[in-house]
Amino acid sequence: MNKRLLFVLPVVLLIGIAVLFAVGLKHDPSIVPSVLLDKPAPSFDLPPLSNDKPGLATAALNGKVSLVNVFASWCGPCRVEHPLFMHLAQEGEVPIYGINYKDKAADAKRWLRDLGDPYTRIGVDGDGRVAIEWGVYGVPETFVIDREGTIRFKHVGPLSPEVLEETILPLVRNLQQ
Amino acid sequence: MRALFAALLLAFSLGPAFAVEPEEMLDDPALEARAREISKELRCLVCQNQSIDDSNAGLARDLRVLVRERLTAGDSNEDALSYIVARYGDFVLLRPPVSPRTYALWFGPALLFVIAGLGLVVFYRRRQAAPAETPPPPLTEEERARLETLMDEDRKP
Amino acid sequence: MIAEIGHYALIMTVFVVLIQATLPLWGAKQGNAGLMALAKPAAQLQLLLVLVAFLALTYLFVTSDFSVAVVAQNSHSAKPMLYKVSGVWGNHEGSMLLWILILAIFGAGVATFGRNLPASLRARVLAVQAMIALGFLAFIVATSNPFERIIPPPLDGSGLNPLLQDPGLAFHPPFLYLGYVGFSMAFSFAVAALIEGRVDAAWARWVRPWTLAAWCNLTLGIALGSWWAYYELGWGGWWFWDPVENASFMPWLAGTALLHSAIVVEKRDALKSWTILLAIITFSLSLIGTFLVRSGVLTSVHAFATDPTRGVFILALLVIAIGGSLTLYALRGPALKATGTFAPISREGGLVLNNFLLSIVTATVFIGTLYPLFIDAIGAPKLSVGAPYFNATFWPFMVPLLAAAPMGAILAWKRGDLLGVLQRLWFAAGAALVVLLVVWYVKFGGPILAVFGMALATWLVVGALVELAERLKLFRIPLADSLHRARNLPRAAYGMTLAHAGVGIVVAGIVGSSAWQVEAIQIMHPGETAEVAGYQLTLEEVSEVQGPNYTSQQGTFLVSRAGSEVVRLYPEKRNYPVQRMPTTESGIHTTLFADLYTALGDRQTDGGWSVRIYYNPLVPWLWAGAIFMVIGGVVSLTDRRYRVGAPTRRRAVKALPTGSAPAGT
Repeated sequence: MNKRLLFVLPVVLLIGIAVLFAVGLKHDPSIVPSVLLDKPAPSFDLPPLSNDKPGLATAALNGKVSLVNVFASWCGPCRVEHPLFMHLAQEGEVPIYGINYKDKAADAKRWLRDLGDPYTRIGVDGDGRVAIEWGVYGVPETFVIDREGTIRFKHVGPLSPEVLEETILPLVRNLQQ
Repeated sequence: MRALFAALLLAFSLGPAFAVEPEEMLDDPALEARAREISKELRCLVCQNQSIDDSNAGLARDLRVLVRERLTAGDSNEDALSYIVARYGDFVLLRPPVSPRTYALWFGPALLFVIAGLGLVVFYRRRQAAPAETPPPPLTEEERARLETLMDEDRKP
Repeated sequence: MIAEIGHYALIMTVFVVLIQATLPLWGAKQGNAGLMALAKPAAQLQLLLVLVAFLALTYLFVTSDFSVAVVAQNSHSAKPMLYKVSGVWGNHEGSMLLWILILAIFGAGVATFGRNLPASLRARVLAVQAMIALGFLAFIVATSNPFERIIPPPLDGSGLNPLLQDPGLAFHPPFLYLGYVGFSMAFSFAVAALIEGRVDAAWARWVRPWTLAAWCNLTLGIALGSWWAYYELGWGGWWFWDPVENASFMPWLAGTALLHSAIVVEKRDALKSWTILLAIITFSLSLIGTFLVRSGVLTSVHAFATDPTRGVFILALLVIAIGGSLTLYALRGPALKATGTFAPISREGGLVLNNFLLSIVTATVFIGTLYPLFIDAIGAPKLSVGAPYFNATFWPFMVPLLAAAPMGAILAWKRGDLLGVLQRLWFAAGAALVVLLVVWYVKFGGPILAVFGMALATWLVVGALVELAERLKLFRIPLADSLHRARNLPRAAYGMTLAHAGVGIVVAGIVGSSAWQVEAIQIMHPGETAEVAGYQLTLEEVSEVQGPNYTSQQGTFLVSRAGSEVVRLYPEKRNYPVQRMPTTESGIHTTLFADLYTALGDRQTDGGWSVRIYYNPLVPWLWAGAIFMVIGGVVSLTDRRYRVGAPTRRRAVKALPTGSAPAGT
């Protein structure tokens, strides 16, 4: 056996580890990709937040490309991404459905009154159970759903204009064709 | 240290400030014990390296309640675990399942043990074959003096 | 002004360190005594300058100078003085400065007390130490300047994280760093030896005290962190296999192996290249631990802000330091010839087994800690590796190691007699068997592995004592002679006994706390009584208490047993208004055999309180065992033979006629 080779082994191992670390530096470890991608949205039926707007159920996701946004009035980052949704709602390119996560109805209504309401439908998920069906682990989360009601994309955390313009909207347009 | 992050994430959740809460617990001690066992295997996603049993995050609490509901409904431990895995992926399992992508994880240590063990055998064999390899160069006068000092120290109390 | 002085001192240090890293090395190569001698004053000046910088930062914290960014972000005028001081290292920048300070202390220590080191070795060791210092100084000056000002300064600081405002955690980082950085001395010695191209008994004798000192500090640091988690986090756990914990545990495991292998180099002139490699690996693991914690590549819950540029910098540092030393090792290692030979069954063989198993355990922890990163890097679906994995893979290698420890310590050098050793250990085996039967009887129906765990712990403790008795020939020769032997026994021998017994005590603590914990989680109203493990705990009241910089809800538990009052416990739920963050402070009653642990939860709508009560058997033994280990290390350190500079002066002392007592291990 070549003894010298044995002495070189540690350096080789180190190079491997260093490469691993270098790659690791580029990844965000707190983002967990959804296992529900390319799977049908879970079946659920959520009641409306107020009388003037319908609730959200699985059936509503069929036939049209849509965004589903999980939000709550107590969630700070939701406030950050909210103007983007307001803008998107004005453009009218894609319907935005909201899942109001573990919120008090009065708080949620006030929040939407103050900041504007971009949602076409809002389902109230008071105990957070439906959010678990969706694999939600951090609010806000945003899903892209295609015409067949399949989950095609998920973003965790507040949307940034970059993610919206460079990832979500191109995907939506693509799915709409 | 883990609690730090959990606490930071409290901003994201409405969670209470504690892990398993009294009102969550099941009356049946056997079921409750199973629920605790499962909870220790599940990772709290919000707080990263913490099990949902240890976590005070809102989502961890929801998952604990969910696990208890599944058990009460008659699920086996495996059923309850796979129910959660179906929604959150293998990521939630603190004990990653044995599969091709975890072979290195699960069998790596044992493999190392075998390889290093064989190396050890070779090491001893060689020693036996060649008891004294090339003798080291003789000590210089200065080194001999230093060695003497050290050896003396050993002998003296 | 003070901040600028500190900053200036740091920059000055860079130049001093540059000189220290190059000229002595050159001098050693050329045989130029003058250049080699430069290393000593340079190392001392380095310490002085870093000390100035560190004291400057401490002054800024103590006087709450919020014009300095680090102070403003991590301190608050209402904070108690202890935490103003510990705030110095309770943040990224300050903790790196502490790191450099400790490095400088160790370097100056070698420079000052290393009189009897060969001049060329000393010059090279100090040069390598300066190279490490240079890397970290560059890191701190370029990416983490602790003296940066903010304009305009805020009126008050944003406060230190409440979880860090705790005596246990205030001193956890310094000890941890003394450990990490202490291993850098072993590293410097290893690299210097590779440059010299020779490793001998004298070298090993020089490395061991530094390694031992580092190991003691690391042990203490880890124990403090674990103790803190136990009483502060409110659910009685003390080890979680979190990446941050693993980051400190891996150097500890490797350092433990290094301590043992260096013995073989010193006594038997064998395992040279392995020991050199181990010295490099131990410090490398310290560096990797720092990288993991500071760069954010793993999701860990450590508080320090993670910053990609810092991550890149540490990675570069890590590659240069480890890569450079390992390359040197690849070139020079094969030339290190060992002369000592030994049979597999011998003291050396035992130490090799120790190293073999400790290496596997270290590798296992390493694989488990980095596997999520690896899986993510190859693009596979993410996964988690948590406590269940580590518990399943750690013990299969650890148990044989522990079982073998008492035997290895008794085996003769070169060629031992296993059967004879087992005969001599009959008492330890008997004690273990008795404990096994007693525990099995008392805890019948409980976890069966725990019963064997307790037997293992007994085997370790009694085995360590038997080993000592063997050295003293206790009961085999007249007691007076044994006492005489006891006086003449090297301190290192006592150190080993203490440390090995300490390990046994820790094992008992681990087994007891994980197998027989009694838990009661319930809602209690004031006046109600809970019954846990024979204790009656009455929640008398919950009152509001005002601390210096927090408010607290404090519960009062009257603990009684068999009708008589034992103690009152005061678990708290604190709220720090500056950070708007709650912490729990458990109320613990410690006895010789168990902790009674109480923690207060949330107030319920009906006026009750959610409360957790634990009876944690043998948990105090965890800390006691760790302290035994540290004391063992310290006792070994005081062994005259390791006392730096001692040998030359002791030559004149007349030798007492004693038997050929085996050299201390």
